[in-house]
Amino acid sequence: MQEINREILISKAVELMENGTANRVLGWGKGEFDYDITPAVFNDANALKDNFVWGDFCGANFSKYLIKETAKGEGKVLVFLKPCDSYSFNQLLCEHRFDREKVYAVGIPCGGMLDINKIKEKCDGILSIDEENGKISVNTLYDGKIELDRNEYLSERCINCKSKKCVAYDELIGENGDVLDSKRFDEVEKIEKMTPDERFAFWQNELSRCIRCNACRDVCPACTCEKCVFDNPNSGVENKAASNEFEEKMFHIIRAFHVAGRCTDCGECSRVCPQHIPLHLLNRKFIKDINSFYGDYQAGETDCGRAPIVDYTTEDIEPNEAVERGDGNA
Amino acid sequence: MRKILLKSIDSLFEKIAENETLYMPQDTKSGAKFEKWQMGAKLSDALNTVRSAKDFFFPQTENLMDFKVEGKNIEVIDTRSETEDFVVFGVRACDVKSFDILDRVFLSEPVDTYYKNRREHAVIMSVACTKPVETCFCQTFDIDAANPEGDIVCYKTDDMLYMDAKTEKGEKLLSTLNDITESADETAVNEQKKVIKERLSKLPLANLTADKFGSGKTSEFFDASEWGELSQVCLGCGTCTFVCPTCQCYDIKDFSTGHGVKRFRCWDSCMYSDFTKMSAGQPRLTQLERFRQRFMHKLVYYPTNNDGLFSCVGCGRCLSKCPIQMNIVKVMKKLGGKENA
Amino acid sequence: MQVNEYKPLIVAFCCNWCSYAGADLAGNNRLNYPADVKIIRVPCSCRVNPMFILRAFQRGADGVILCGCHPGDCHYTSGNYYTRRRMALLFSMLDYLGIEKERTRVEWVSAAEGAKFAETMNDFAQKVAALGENKRLEDLRCKK
Repeated sequence: MQEINREILISKAVELMENGTANRVLGWGKGEFDYDITPAVFNDANALKDNFVWGDFCGANFSKYLIKETAKGEGKVLVFLKPCDSYSFNQLLCEHRFDREKVYAVGIPCGGMLDINKIKEKCDGILSIDEENGKISVNTLYDGKIELDRNEYLSERCINCKSKKCVAYDELIGENGDVLDSKRFDEVEKIEKMTPDERFAFWQNELSRCIRCNACRDVCPACTCEKCVFDNPNSGVENKAASNEFEEKMFHIIRAFHVAGRCTDCGECSRVCPQHIPLHLLNRKFIKDINSFYGDYQAGETDCGRAPIVDYTTEDIEPNEAVERGDGNA
Repeated sequence: MRKILLKSIDSLFEKIAENETLYMPQDTKSGAKFEKWQMGAKLSDALNTVRSAKDFFFPQTENLMDFKVEGKNIEVIDTRSETEDFVVFGVRACDVKSFDILDRVFLSEPVDTYYKNRREHAVIMSVACTKPVETCFCQTFDIDAANPEGDIVCYKTDDMLYMDAKTEKGEKLLSTLNDITESADETAVNEQKKVIKERLSKLPLANLTADKFGSGKTSEFFDASEWGELSQVCLGCGTCTFVCPTCQCYDIKDFSTGHGVKRFRCWDSCMYSDFTKMSAGQPRLTQLERFRQRFMHKLVYYPTNNDGLFSCVGCGRCLSKCPIQMNIVKVMKKLGGKENA
Repeated sequence: MQVNEYKPLIVAFCCNWCSYAGADLAGNNRLNYPADVKIIRVPCSCRVNPMFILRAFQRGADGVILCGCHPGDCHYTSGNYYTRRRMALLFSMLDYLGIEKERTRVEWVSAAEGAKFAETMNDFAQKVAALGENKRLEDLRCKK
């Protein structure tokens, strides 16, 4: 799929460990199946050779793990950053969440990751998934080999990829890409154009599926509070399960609001949601509004600066007008 | 044994729904889900539902009672309503087995009357798995997807649905369907069972065993060095516990409505930082301890207290839903040594 | 004159330095505004976290209005500028979720604007009354 492969990454990692630049690697570990990939810490060349993988299902964004990993102590951790991971990486640096000196970041190009759920809809009993020249070939238990067009099975976030440019790295493998002119706000606009009743029905249907597993929050690189307000019995709003429709909405509104201006739109929330709730559409609404109210802003573009929500100008739009403008019809 | 043409299956559902509320897996935007049958509803072709069938007996949240406060008086109001009989169609062998595991928790003294009430009102129509997938490992726990338990066991062949009543409740329901079903012999079903067994033997996880684990193995695994590596990437979310058919931990909380109190219970997850938190603090401070609790409970503690029965049924939901793809199979392989790989 | 049985419950968050004093002035001047406006005094409009707004709806409010000093006049220099950004984003999000935009409002009311306070509350209460009960952000458990 891309100009890099597993061997290039392993040899880079081994080289950096041997010359003392890093003493461990945060990477993707092999699982039971080709799509079953777990983040892992590799301590030596053998571990890398046995278990390191790179491929179509290495979607996990490692930036958040760096908080825990850099706190472990001595030496640098080597991390591979895809372009979208590098934005989260910068955003966390911006918020002083980990020590930059303890990380050696290698930027890698990314040709988009596949959505296993889309593939599972077409294939029962997946034994292996191979990829060649824009085709994926799925070996199944009951229907033999099934050939699929790779582009049709990309994750939503990769179809609407905002940038192929690594914005933070110590070293880059391959050429750096460009910021893309994505269509990521199209879906938001579509919802904005609905009537309030339709919008309400749309979100009611989506959010009512929430099981409050908190996966979206726990995977989110912007959600790094040590104690989330929803886990804090003293907050008055702690809830382990959304007991009713109000609590479902409350959780998702507050979560999206709390990461507004800090969300880099990496799309991890929607990737991990077991109920396939399009959570990125909440975050993108905030991003779109911030862009239109306060000027274009991309969280994580740099590793310093003020997020729009902790900044102001004396000429800002009035809240009552913002609603009119945000309507799409007005 | 009775049979009905698959193309007439809608009439079967219609007939059942005449007298009782019927739930069956239907396709939704987020995958298959047990939903109430309504005219025109179509049975999902998916192997299994995203959420497990435990929701019928142990819902995610449930109001237990209300307190009405007036001056210095507190009135306790029982909010339970009579549960009507209901039928659940399309429960797989793994999920049916999970009821047994939940029963041992909720129906042992002191009996959970909320759970018991719903359990007694249900008729389970299980369906044998024609096409198990790569994430299935029910065989590890001696569950036979070709011979599920349940009140009525169903088999789907290319064109027929066969139904075999196994309990009195099942007999009763099946007899009401005599008008639209016809009597059948075992031939086709036996043929089907053979096919299923053959397919099960070819699954990638067919040889996974739980022999290493079980009753009384606490000291062997509790301090295993592998827990660190296994748990280090765990996000601490509750996905695995909430999609799991056998996870049965819950929390009871009071919600102040401003004019009274509603006492409710909701699912809890041992992966959460405030799980079993007490006034003295949190007994499991790190994610390692919480992670270990979940798997030790399934593979060691539960069997120790329940005649060696594991509290995992191998449905594979956690394999497909964990955000970071860490799951019980990886834990069993890592702790169980190379021979399990 | 007007026969309208339904009276909406309005929660008004008022900053201590301007709007709360404005409400006081409205009272001193015997200006009428609906009795169903419940005022919650906050040290500054920027004390109001989006959760407060949602919780007010949860607990039965039909409309929530936030009043603070005029931009530039904040007792803490810049608090209401932050309020302005936060509420612009929050209101836009609520609208995006299909919650009636007339149920939320921000109004700048100074200590001298008793008349504006009464006028604002009358107008807001009327708009909310036209919408009827809050159904989209309600918590049924809190209903009596």
